[in-house]
Amino acid sequence: MAIVFEKPKSLTDAPLHYCPGCTHGIIHRLVAQAIDELGIEGRTIGVAPVGCAVMAYNYFSCDMVEAAHGRAPAVATGLKRSLPENIIFTYQGDGDLASIGMAETVHSATRNENITIIFVNNAIYGMTGGQMAPTSLPGQVTQTSPYGRDVTTAGFPIRICELLSTLDGPEYIERVAVNNVKNIKQAQKAIKKAFENQVNGKGFSLIEVVSSCPTNWGMTPDDALRWIDEKMIPYYPLGVYKDRSAKEGE
Amino acid sequence: MAEKVLMKGNEAIAEAAIRAGCLHYFGYPITPQTELAAYMAKRMPKIEGGVFLQAESEIAAINMVYGVASTGKRVMTSSSSPGVSLKQEGISYIAGADLPALIVNVQRGGPGLGGIQPSQSDYFQATKGGGHGDYHLIVLTPASVQEMADLTGLAFDLADKYRMPAMLLADGTMGQMMEPVELPETAPEMIEKPWAVTGTQMKRKHNIINSLYLVPDELEKMNFERYERYKQVEANETRYEEYMMDDAEICVVAFGIAARVSRNAVVEARKQGIKAGLIRPITIWPFPKDAIAKAATHCKEIISVELSMGQMIEDIALSAECKVPVTLCNRAGGMIPSPDQVFDAIKKAAGGNE
Amino acid sequence: MTTEILIAGFGGQGVLFAGKFLAYKALLENKQLSWLPSYGPEMRGGTANCSVIISDEPVGSPIVSKPDVLIVMNLPSLDKYEDAVVPGGKIFVDSTLIERKVNRTDVDVYYIPATKLANDIEAPTLANMIMIGKVIKETGVVPYDNIDKALDKVVSARKAALKEINFKALDTGYNN
Repeated sequence: MAIVFEKPKSLTDAPLHYCPGCTHGIIHRLVAQAIDELGIEGRTIGVAPVGCAVMAYNYFSCDMVEAAHGRAPAVATGLKRSLPENIIFTYQGDGDLASIGMAETVHSATRNENITIIFVNNAIYGMTGGQMAPTSLPGQVTQTSPYGRDVTTAGFPIRICELLSTLDGPEYIERVAVNNVKNIKQAQKAIKKAFENQVNGKGFSLIEVVSSCPTNWGMTPDDALRWIDEKMIPYYPLGVYKDRSAKEGE
Repeated sequence: MAEKVLMKGNEAIAEAAIRAGCLHYFGYPITPQTELAAYMAKRMPKIEGGVFLQAESEIAAINMVYGVASTGKRVMTSSSSPGVSLKQEGISYIAGADLPALIVNVQRGGPGLGGIQPSQSDYFQATKGGGHGDYHLIVLTPASVQEMADLTGLAFDLADKYRMPAMLLADGTMGQMMEPVELPETAPEMIEKPWAVTGTQMKRKHNIINSLYLVPDELEKMNFERYERYKQVEANETRYEEYMMDDAEICVVAFGIAARVSRNAVVEARKQGIKAGLIRPITIWPFPKDAIAKAATHCKEIISVELSMGQMIEDIALSAECKVPVTLCNRAGGMIPSPDQVFDAIKKAAGGNE
Repeated sequence: MTTEILIAGFGGQGVLFAGKFLAYKALLENKQLSWLPSYGPEMRGGTANCSVIISDEPVGSPIVSKPDVLIVMNLPSLDKYEDAVVPGGKIFVDSTLIERKVNRTDVDVYYIPATKLANDIEAPTLANMIMIGKVIKETGVVPYDNIDKALDKVVSARKAALKEINFKALDTGYNN
């Protein structure tokens, strides 16, 4: 019988703990698939964040390190500097990467550390129960912005891809989404490219994945996917923000 | 025997670390330990596999240390008091993930930004955990440039052996002074680290470096296991030096620069017929409790000499179990007690009960 | 025998270097020693001092608070440390830069116009080494033999010319 669908080998058999309708499962799968396709599982080390994906170390079958909140890029820097032949990735949420870990993010990018960062932006702190994130949209109601994000006191959302692409350091920056099949296909390509870049020694690659959080957005999974199209993507336009090799190749 | 060379304490740590097989250094500039980072910046690029990286912050530096330590290689960072405060989060994670690493604190006066002159006021932070949670570091306190080198090598060995972070707790004087030093010429033996993340090579189940245990039973078990190991460290690795303690009636306890000053005072006291002696803890965690307890059986007073408002004195008092008075002779904020000040304290103690 | 030496002056006068040189010479003579600088921002243009202890015994405290030998290269240093010198100690004064006389009568005082002598030998930055030459002559804290070997330790091989002029400065002090 022909196998038409199977679980990537780079995922363990541990059942995922994510909420129904959460897109972390899709993104885990895309990462594992990229690792499988490139045949790098045996030399890959992943860094898990603090946040919903904190237990990613149980889900990926490669070696894993759990980092402190926001410090994954620094831990990854240590790993890569110690083992330059290994493939190092971090998997981080918006609070982790764009708030408490902003310094580590920016500096690993400007150093062009040859690592791969998967940045999951769902505009909210999920693990702690739905607080305002650095990427929560203006007016977005959360536990800590109960009247909607007021930009006059809470400031504006941070667009990480745009911000990092102003740096000379990074090799590749792209924003994708996982709310429909077309977008998932593009996300798959982008994530694979981000790993391929590292294999080829090209340097820092960050893929921002616009994602959903039905539980903390207070929506059905379906509505949450629509909300990505209606609200998130207009604020966080998809596309390639930096691709140094392509530019040099022109 | 190796040729003796003159080196600053900070440089001696750096060279000793390299000779101990530490090829990864991460730091952030701060006085008075800058020579250490500068030495590493100069040497590491010339060594195969050597890495020097000036991190964006102390926080990033200690997390880079966490990364390298996860791969099983020897790694260190160094800083001074305010910077070491910033590292506490990472140190707690390193302890919680049972990783070996070396943290050097060349202490300066505090709290806050404090000053840049020598101090020992990070004693509590170093010996009582420092960051959150139940854990200890092995804390070594050099009192000469030679010990800055020797204890660096020892710190790496002990960290590896017990899978826990070690701290070299020095001070600005130790970092800045030069003395003749003899450096080891042979590389140490490295132990196997099957727990390290190096890539599975598809030959084993994945290794996980982690300090998260959401089930309290499991977390408790980890804590109990760790403290069993700490008991072994206390039993096997407590180090101190005694000077003129055999017949001492007044016992001075001091480490680092304070011990150097106190030794002068003890010599002077002996000249004047006062039976003074010195216990110099070399490890302050584990603390030489037994040596203090023994002193409490034959001395009539114990004097803690510290460059702080009195921190080690609490461990001394606990060890002495109220058998004799324990008094403080101190300076703070970057000031150093003079031999005269310590001698006066000894004299007062000797005369007090006559 | 233990000699505690304090060298003090302005930052930039080579106070730390002079101390380092003495320390290396002591090392070559198999003495016990310590060298401790004042450190921090005060070094830049402010006052600088360093403690050097040379001994046959292991050195206790590396901080010199009661010097046997005081070398002063500016007036504030003489004002600050004159009274700290032990009775019977020795004070070396750069008399080009310090006009006043030492008040103490229970110490030996040596006035050396070091800055002027340094200018005379066209080594205006080496008054420090002229002072050291004189200190070695009058205290014998380290022997003068093979003095150039100690210079090898503090002046890099690439700067042979510097070594020569340092040697000349030492000699000028020693024979002053």
